[in-house]
Amino acid sequence: MSALDRLAEFELDVLKEIGNIGAGNAATALSLLLDKPVDMDVPRVSLVPFEEIAERVGGSEQVVIAIFLRVEGEAPGNLFFIVQQQSAKSMLNQLLAMETSEDDRYSEMEFSALCEIGNILAGSYLSSLADFTNLSMAPSVPFVTLDMAGAVLSYGLNQYGVMGDSALLIETAFLDGSEALKGHFFLIPDPESFAKIFRALGVPLE
Amino acid sequence: MTEQQLIKVGMADLNIASGGEALKTTGLGSCVGLTLYDSVAKVGGMAHVMLPSSEIARESRINAAKYADTALPQLIERMEEAGARKARMVAKMAGGAQMFAFSGGADSLRIGPRNVETCTAILADLGIPILAQDTGGNYGRTIELDSTSGTLSIRSVQHGIKEL
Repeated sequence: MSALDRLAEFELDVLKEIGNIGAGNAATALSLLLDKPVDMDVPRVSLVPFEEIAERVGGSEQVVIAIFLRVEGEAPGNLFFIVQQQSAKSMLNQLLAMETSEDDRYSEMEFSALCEIGNILAGSYLSSLADFTNLSMAPSVPFVTLDMAGAVLSYGLNQYGVMGDSALLIETAFLDGSEALKGHFFLIPDPESFAKIFRALGVPLE
Repeated sequence: MTEQQLIKVGMADLNIASGGEALKTTGLGSCVGLTLYDSVAKVGGMAHVMLPSSEIARESRINAAKYADTALPQLIERMEEAGARKARMVAKMAGGAQMFAFSGGADSLRIGPRNVETCTAILADLGIPILAQDTGGNYGRTIELDSTSGTLSIRSVQHGIKEL
């Protein structure tokens, strides 16, 4: 854990900027997809105790739609795009003019459309990070699931488990000015990736 | 019926319950919810195990509840302090899912099945029988252990509520 505990304000700012650039591109992609303006929050970068990560999306038992991609390449990590069901339905309505059911059931077609939205957003997020850092970062095939936030996110934390009880989270929320389109991006870089990211950006460590 | 006191067990955490209290842990994915119960003393224990073995730990101070091999001995000790006897303990477990189905891929992504395998092996070493389990699959679970009956109830989004 020690390397993460010592992250200075400056280093956190660098990571925040990375989140900003990535999310900015993803927001633009989402806005093109939906043909309407999409805003995003200033990214939060923080060392978050495992217990609290799911709290950011409504708690461990909150049922959410999660699109997961494993980031492969020089700075591997886990990328999650998490949306509340209400937002997922509204994205489907707007994007595909699909009639969605009111309950929490999704057709295969709807799931696959959500997966593709996640894929496009994650792709633009990652490619901008890769350009900026000059590190290769390629997304795996995306997976989509409807499940408890705790169960989904904990999957991204196992790599951290051996180091301590907190993970570094680069987090951005999207919104279109209402609750109707709200999603969270979580980039959880593998512990080994930090040194590489900082080195790539010319930030001296130690 | 009086309101049952619920003790929450967090991720990489463990606790015990007695006198009608219940233990609960939420959102188990690849983690395993491991429970022990002594039906004579009516003492239950629950650990939210995240990783199979503390041998891979790189942290300076190990959180025993996080690893299967360190959580079980500590859970047994805590239960014995509360009047339970190891010889009477039975185990039930749930979780250990593989949330996303990768073909091949790194071993670290098979963490759920490995957690279950390790818990099973350690329980066998300790001579504690596994009474029931609901493990694997690709979905999350929330579990609750009742210290009066030893019943383990398991809730998931896709499959509703199950009782073991």
